[in-house]
Amino acid sequence: MRLEPRPAPSLARTLGFTVLAIAGAVIFSSILVMLAGANPFTVFWLVIKGAAGTQFALLETLTRATPLIFTGLAVAVAFRARLWNIGAEAQLYIGAVMTVVLGTGAITIPAFGLIPIIMVAAMLAGALVLLGPAILKTRFGVDEVVTTLLLNFIVILFVSLLLEGPLKDPMGLGWPQSKRVIAEAKLPRIITGKRLHYGFVLAIVSAGIVWFIMKKTVLGYEMRAVGHNAEAARFAGIPVNRVLAKTALISGGLAALAGFSEVAGLKGNLTLDLSPGYGYTGIVVAMLAMLNPLGVVLAAIFVAGIFVGADAMSRSANVPSYIAQVMVASSLLTMVTAMMLMRYRIRWR
Amino acid sequence: MDEGTGGKAEEVLRLSGITKRFGALTANNAISLTLARGEVVALLGENGAGKTTLMNILFGHYTADEGEIEVFGKRLPTGDPRAALDAGVGMVHQHFTLAEQMSVLDNIALGTQPIWRPFLDRKAARERISKLAADYGLAVDPDKQITELSVGERQRVEILKALYRDARILILDEPTAVLTPMEVEALFKTLKKLVADGLSVIFISHKLHEVMAVCDRVVVLRSGTVAGARAIGETDTHDLAQLMVGSELPQDEVAPATPGQVLFALDKASTKAEGGAGLKDITLELRAGEITGLAGISGNGQAALAAAIAGTLPLTSGTIRIHGETMSGWSPRKALASKLGRIPEDRHATGMIGDMSVAENVISEAYPTRRFSRFGIIDWNAAAEFAREIIADYDVKCPSENARVRLLSGGNMQKLILGRALDGDPDVILASQPTRGLDVGAVSYVHRKLIEARDRGAAILLISEDLDEIQSLSDRIVVMSEGRLSAPSARGERSQRELGILMAGHGLEGDADAA
Repeated sequence: MRLEPRPAPSLARTLGFTVLAIAGAVIFSSILVMLAGANPFTVFWLVIKGAAGTQFALLETLTRATPLIFTGLAVAVAFRARLWNIGAEAQLYIGAVMTVVLGTGAITIPAFGLIPIIMVAAMLAGALVLLGPAILKTRFGVDEVVTTLLLNFIVILFVSLLLEGPLKDPMGLGWPQSKRVIAEAKLPRIITGKRLHYGFVLAIVSAGIVWFIMKKTVLGYEMRAVGHNAEAARFAGIPVNRVLAKTALISGGLAALAGFSEVAGLKGNLTLDLSPGYGYTGIVVAMLAMLNPLGVVLAAIFVAGIFVGADAMSRSANVPSYIAQVMVASSLLTMVTAMMLMRYRIRWR
Repeated sequence: MDEGTGGKAEEVLRLSGITKRFGALTANNAISLTLARGEVVALLGENGAGKTTLMNILFGHYTADEGEIEVFGKRLPTGDPRAALDAGVGMVHQHFTLAEQMSVLDNIALGTQPIWRPFLDRKAARERISKLAADYGLAVDPDKQITELSVGERQRVEILKALYRDARILILDEPTAVLTPMEVEALFKTLKKLVADGLSVIFISHKLHEVMAVCDRVVVLRSGTVAGARAIGETDTHDLAQLMVGSELPQDEVAPATPGQVLFALDKASTKAEGGAGLKDITLELRAGEITGLAGISGNGQAALAAAIAGTLPLTSGTIRIHGETMSGWSPRKALASKLGRIPEDRHATGMIGDMSVAENVISEAYPTRRFSRFGIIDWNAAAEFAREIIADYDVKCPSENARVRLLSGGNMQKLILGRALDGDPDVILASQPTRGLDVGAVSYVHRKLIEARDRGAAILLISEDLDEIQSLSDRIVVMSEGRLSAPSARGERSQRELGILMAGHGLEGDADAA
């Protein structure tokens, strides 16, 4: 068996392989569904219905997609420059911490002033969390996979400490949770009475901005050049270390917005179960999107749909909702395989 | 192991009708070749003529679409890399395949012992190696670590490795590319002894005088087909050159230079090691309207010199002067701002970003200027226009400016680099191995462009391992050995042999100050 490189894939082939990858993941999950004693067709129909069958389901999927768009963008930006940011989870929590630090009454000004201040502060904090590993990488060659991954645990333990100490809600009946953010710090709901909030709009706008940066600006060009071939970039005079530092700031800031939007838009306060691993799922989302910022939006909605749909399905079909994890994981594997097949042709000999 | 007594005409290797296609490209087209016992056959051809593909087929790395291979009268199964080795064919690659941290003895014996025998019978191995070395003039200390050896010695280890495995057919891929002229002579003596003992040799090369000196027969490949086969007695270099190129070889006639003032200078420059030796107290001046050729064996500090000038390797001591002005904090950006055009040694790793488009690659040096960006936004129309200009002016063969650079051939990639480096008529040009791996047409194109640049007054440093290229192009030649430079010599002042002595590192001591 040999691999032969192909020319750059066309849009049609890219979409075709994406569909094939999803089909492969569905077939693989079907085997497990059958092992659980259920009919795969029923189960997948229930998943689709649960994800998008009703207005409630669809809004719930979009709500769940919101943090995934932010973390997916964070990972896509970093991976594009070959900065392996596995720490979006930590940056998300730091963003959430800044939101409750500033949003629970420390500053009391109208929403149009307060929300931008909190956003900027959250982004700065998230950016700094990733800047450390980036500097360690460029200065001393420390592997950022290790540092960013381990920072996740450090930051989550730190948040736990805060929630037991300075940020603990005195009215919280002893639960480790923060005070609730004041009304001026809240992101409004898009439809009154529903959970979908303006964080979703912010996520879409962010995706557009990231797309513009990557495609049109000097910085985006530099980031792509560094990611594709750092040695050639350095030779051409591109300041590789500075570009990696800027990449870290953008990526960390985007991940922190996920924490901000979850607290200010949805939950209202900070608890330790704010994120069921959105930072890690962001990696899946970014890979499914092949690091394309606009693709991240679609991939995030797809992944969120599976989670939301599987929850609904498990209530009625008696198949454990863990099947959602399997579907997401297997679609990542099939997608990575499909990406390889898009770039190489297999010759059997 | 010496089976068969069929005398001189016994056939040991036969390739018949080998055809290999890669998509639209036919790399080998019905190639047939025979090799007799005790014979040296040259496989001659330009880069891309199909020599490497043919050898890869012989060694089972590729499977031929048509044709078959017989070794010692037995048909070789296809697609099995061990088959050729087991049948007694050994290959010495141009880039050595030695474990650098191990001793000569271990390298040679590696893989020849069954794995269930945990300890190597070192005594027997040592005796065998010493005998082979003595018989064939391949002197090398079996207990030295590979890192301690010179390039010539490493090659001897590779040959010993093949002989140790009872190879009766030896294939040498461009064996002289990394050797000094003296080492080449020693290699040729070894080859004569080998064939006198009944071994057969395929000598892959593109250097005509070497082929004439050591081979019995020549097979010339041109764009995948056998362009001709000659006994050495009935041909000459001119005839072979014509077969190789298919037409009269264009001779680069270089008019004499009119050197002007010093545009670029290194004063007592030293660096740490990079891709071989580092620079040791180098002084070098490049004058306007002159090509300075830097000869040397690979790994003797050329990479460090190129990187230091290009701005990617900082000097540990010494200074860089450009237009008489001493520069501090030299970097690629500073080099570009000082109108220094750079052609890097490795097109793929350093020169171009394979996964980006032609347009994206040609602006990689100039993108921060007003020409290609304003307020942090890149003007992609200007970039595309510049790419189209280079494609037209430098005759780059590519589908469009949006094509990935990875899909271009080496020659076309080099033309893009040339277009990028020579844009804006740089005052100083660093050309590091600018023609390595290019076909003859692209080589003479690159040479013409460099001479054009010289004639409009640029100061050019040409770094090359090809002594012929250095001698034909350079107005002044310096030789580098272990990070030091020889005194310069004018065109034609030193013979190839004298340059070879300098390349081997003799006569440089206490003579580090050139110019």
